[in-house]
Amino acid sequence: MSYLDYKVAQTPTGIRKILYLNWPLVFLIAAVASIGFLMLVSVAGGRVDTWAEPQMYRFAAGMVIMVGLAFVPMWFWRGISVPAYVCCFLLLVAVELVGTIGMGAQRWIDIGPIRLQPSELMKISLVLLLAAYYDWLAPHRVSKPLWVLIPVLLILAPTALVLIQPDLGTSIMLVAGGGILMFAAGVSLWYFAVVIAAAVGLVATVLESRGTDWQLLKDYQFRRIDTFLDPTADPLGAGYNIIQSQIALGSGGWSGRGFMQGTQSRLNFLPEKHTDFIFTVLAEEFGFVGAMSLLGLYTLIIGFCLYSALSNRDRFAALITVGISGTFFLYFSINMATVMGMLPAKGSPLPLVSYGGTSLMILMLGFGLVQAAHVHRPR
Amino acid sequence: MTRTPRQTGDTGRGIGRRGLLLAGIQLGVVTTLALKLRSMQVEHAEEYRMLADGNSIKIRLLVPARGLIHDRNGIVIAGNEQNYRVTLTREEAGGDVEPVLRRLARLIPISDARMAELLDEFSRRSAITPIVLADRLTWEQFSSIAVNAPALAGVTPESGLSRVYPRGGDMAHVLGYVGPVSDYDLSKIENPDPVLMLPEFQLGKVGFEARMEEHLRGKAGQRRVEVNSAGREMRQLSRQEGEQGATVQMTLDARLQNYAAQRMGSESAAAVVIDCQTGDIVTICSSPSFDPNKFVRGISSPDYKALMNHDHRPLADKTVQGVYPPGSTFKMVTLLAGLDSGVINAGSRFYCPGYTEVGGRRFHCWRRGGHGSVDAVTSLSHSCDVYYYELAQKVGIDRIAAMARRLGLGQRHDLPMSAVAEGIAPDRAWKQARHGQAWQVGDSLNASIGQGYVLASPLQLAVMTARIASGREVRPRLVRAIDGVAHPVADFPALDVDPAFLRVARAGMDAVMNSESGTAKRSRIIREEWRMAGKTGTSQVRNITAAERARGVVSNEQLPWNRRDHALFVCYAPYEAPRYAVSVVVEHGGGGSTAAAPIARDILLFALNGGLPPLDAVPGDQRDAMEERHNAMHLFTPDAPRLSRA
Repeated sequence: MSYLDYKVAQTPTGIRKILYLNWPLVFLIAAVASIGFLMLVSVAGGRVDTWAEPQMYRFAAGMVIMVGLAFVPMWFWRGISVPAYVCCFLLLVAVELVGTIGMGAQRWIDIGPIRLQPSELMKISLVLLLAAYYDWLAPHRVSKPLWVLIPVLLILAPTALVLIQPDLGTSIMLVAGGGILMFAAGVSLWYFAVVIAAAVGLVATVLESRGTDWQLLKDYQFRRIDTFLDPTADPLGAGYNIIQSQIALGSGGWSGRGFMQGTQSRLNFLPEKHTDFIFTVLAEEFGFVGAMSLLGLYTLIIGFCLYSALSNRDRFAALITVGISGTFFLYFSINMATVMGMLPAKGSPLPLVSYGGTSLMILMLGFGLVQAAHVHRPR
Repeated sequence: MTRTPRQTGDTGRGIGRRGLLLAGIQLGVVTTLALKLRSMQVEHAEEYRMLADGNSIKIRLLVPARGLIHDRNGIVIAGNEQNYRVTLTREEAGGDVEPVLRRLARLIPISDARMAELLDEFSRRSAITPIVLADRLTWEQFSSIAVNAPALAGVTPESGLSRVYPRGGDMAHVLGYVGPVSDYDLSKIENPDPVLMLPEFQLGKVGFEARMEEHLRGKAGQRRVEVNSAGREMRQLSRQEGEQGATVQMTLDARLQNYAAQRMGSESAAAVVIDCQTGDIVTICSSPSFDPNKFVRGISSPDYKALMNHDHRPLADKTVQGVYPPGSTFKMVTLLAGLDSGVINAGSRFYCPGYTEVGGRRFHCWRRGGHGSVDAVTSLSHSCDVYYYELAQKVGIDRIAAMARRLGLGQRHDLPMSAVAEGIAPDRAWKQARHGQAWQVGDSLNASIGQGYVLASPLQLAVMTARIASGREVRPRLVRAIDGVAHPVADFPALDVDPAFLRVARAGMDAVMNSESGTAKRSRIIREEWRMAGKTGTSQVRNITAAERARGVVSNEQLPWNRRDHALFVCYAPYEAPRYAVSVVVEHGGGGSTAAAPIARDILLFALNGGLPPLDAVPGDQRDAMEERHNAMHLFTPDAPRLSRA
């Protein structure tokens, strides 16, 4: 038994924890972020200081946060799971009461210079709480109706608050993220079948409600659905972005038009090309090869996370890893599916690549938890 | 080393099977995304590439409608009209434009010369540039082209807005005009608005239009269009209309301006009417005038030559750009300088024998026989020159010049018009700087009666009169409101001259009109409530040679037109509560009392009456002539809705 093997068999302590980080994950995250910087330079027409530079600073800060959180032992996370959830929930209520009106929805709360988006924080704390719940719950009770109802309520309560902001996208993310965690915890598949059936029924009802006085969605949300179902119906209006996005993406071909050579991206046909539509720019300029590379990196990130979770005998830590990586997975797959015209336009960022601070910070916070779970796994 | 379960949470229960299942589902989603990518970027790449090349998006600017200009009563004096025109793009015509042009020539007249010009232009310009074939078509021509469009490949009938001046020449000088942007215009503008590059854009070239350009221009709209690889427009994606420029209300009264223009007729003259209390320029009219609409549409070369060669200089703005020796209208300045400096008082008298001798040189009074003993009031009413020769020697030129500047002469009034002249209120320093010579006593004598180096524009004379009449430092203005937001009327400070002295000058001006021996008593107003005060001026435009002097005084009528004296007149009314001040200059008109005073009086009457001068306001013997004049005029009677009444 070598010295190293002997050490690894124990939970590391102090500064040496840094040796036990999930290093492949760190490099993968940095690689994806670098692709993001490159694309931000491209959409700024070659200028670094427009978007790429501030994004680099934020990413560096994010890395520091991630590594810092990796040092925090799991008992602490378990301990704060309930208070964190309660805090986030109260913040959501506060947003509802005093939130700043922004982008047509109440999503922010101003505390001095910090602009808080509690719905984003809730994504993390919901994962924490559910992981703690299923860690605590005896395995034979997992699929008992009462013990299923509790996490469902824990998911739906904040979801309802986010939905009335109104922020349909984040609500879906919360439900889907919670669902992934319940799935991983081993809740009977029958429940999922029932929920999916109910969701189909709900969608039918929502569509039926259009134009009546009990209309369940805003008009603009209905228009998004229309646009999704038939983008060509209104090519000058809402469907325009999707059509142009598909044209740009498809025209990239096998190897793309080259860095900063995307003709569609150069023209101002996409209003959010540095945020929501940045994948289009990548796909146009670097083609199938470039787009698949990013998708491959994302898949590897998920893969390393799942491997870490599967090999972790600490159920709480494993569930956290699955939940965070599941949220990350939802982020990039929804964004890619949207720009390829497979989902209604929702306005979601491409994780680690899109310009923007809040989502990046939440992601790095999440990866900090994943790293903590990895570092402190039982040996 | 011991580990507690609490520290590690090692419960030995991972997530096992479900984790693998989840991984499988996620892998499935990723595979779906990858397959979709492959389908779009590999299998259907060619189709998308064609779509991408076929539709680039361009932003095309829309020329904003230029802001309207209203007169003080809301009458439109600069507006926009529909302009129908046709353009042709060579690419769309199939490369050869000639057959299309020949077919078009059957619908609208295109001369052979124009045809050759167009063919030349098409051969020089890019195939995708639309070129204007014909402008200002009638609706009939325009619609016949639209109907025949299928047979005229590449021809596009377009309609846009173009500037129009409904009052024609009445306000040509003050308003100026707009025109297409020239390379010279662009070279003068730093960082020009991209809308200036559009061929149909009209830029303010001179006058008010040019000075108020930033208010009148508005904001360009945008059209997003899809264009093919050749740059030709395929379809419009969105259209955002521009913002029309601000509506600017001027202080001018279109009716009075029209009357003034007609009253001056074919004389080479200028008239300015200013509100004594507010400084509003109610009329500022230069005669003869020109039709600014011709400049907007592109003036023909013979028309332009005719304007350039006209000896009455119709293109020059005589109101602010033209400067004249003010002649005797300057005497109020010299008198006030004398009173203000304490050299004389109202009762001081000088003896006029008909001339003054200074340094062995005789300076003549206009009246050879002399005026005898003259005081301040009679010096004005008789316009005695010797009184001012004597006074000038006592006061000195520097104090006269200072008074002139206080009254608004020799300084540039900040009006939004082109080439506003500064005039000259000469003093010792000025002559030294300008001519490098010392001031002579003779210069003072000439300056004291508004001759020699003194130069003033009709605008400055009107401001001077308004300041004397109101006792306030009146400053002229032309803008009354922008976009309905009224510009506040300034509360002018009191003039830095003792009101008692101003009363003396006013009494003198009153005597000019209303005393038995007043030089302009023929042009008086006989209605007491409009009692008028004024001052005549006649300024030499030539030096009288010794030979001429030997032959005796030559009357103006015997001289060729361009060597006759300028006739000037300034006045205001009512005497007790001054409302309007008027200045009139008639170039080479002869005497101020005969050529300028009647015009100024009639314009003043129109302003006071708010309409044609009533016949009973002028002395009986002039009524028939006045009526005849009125009947011969084609007066402007606005039927446009009045927005507000001053």
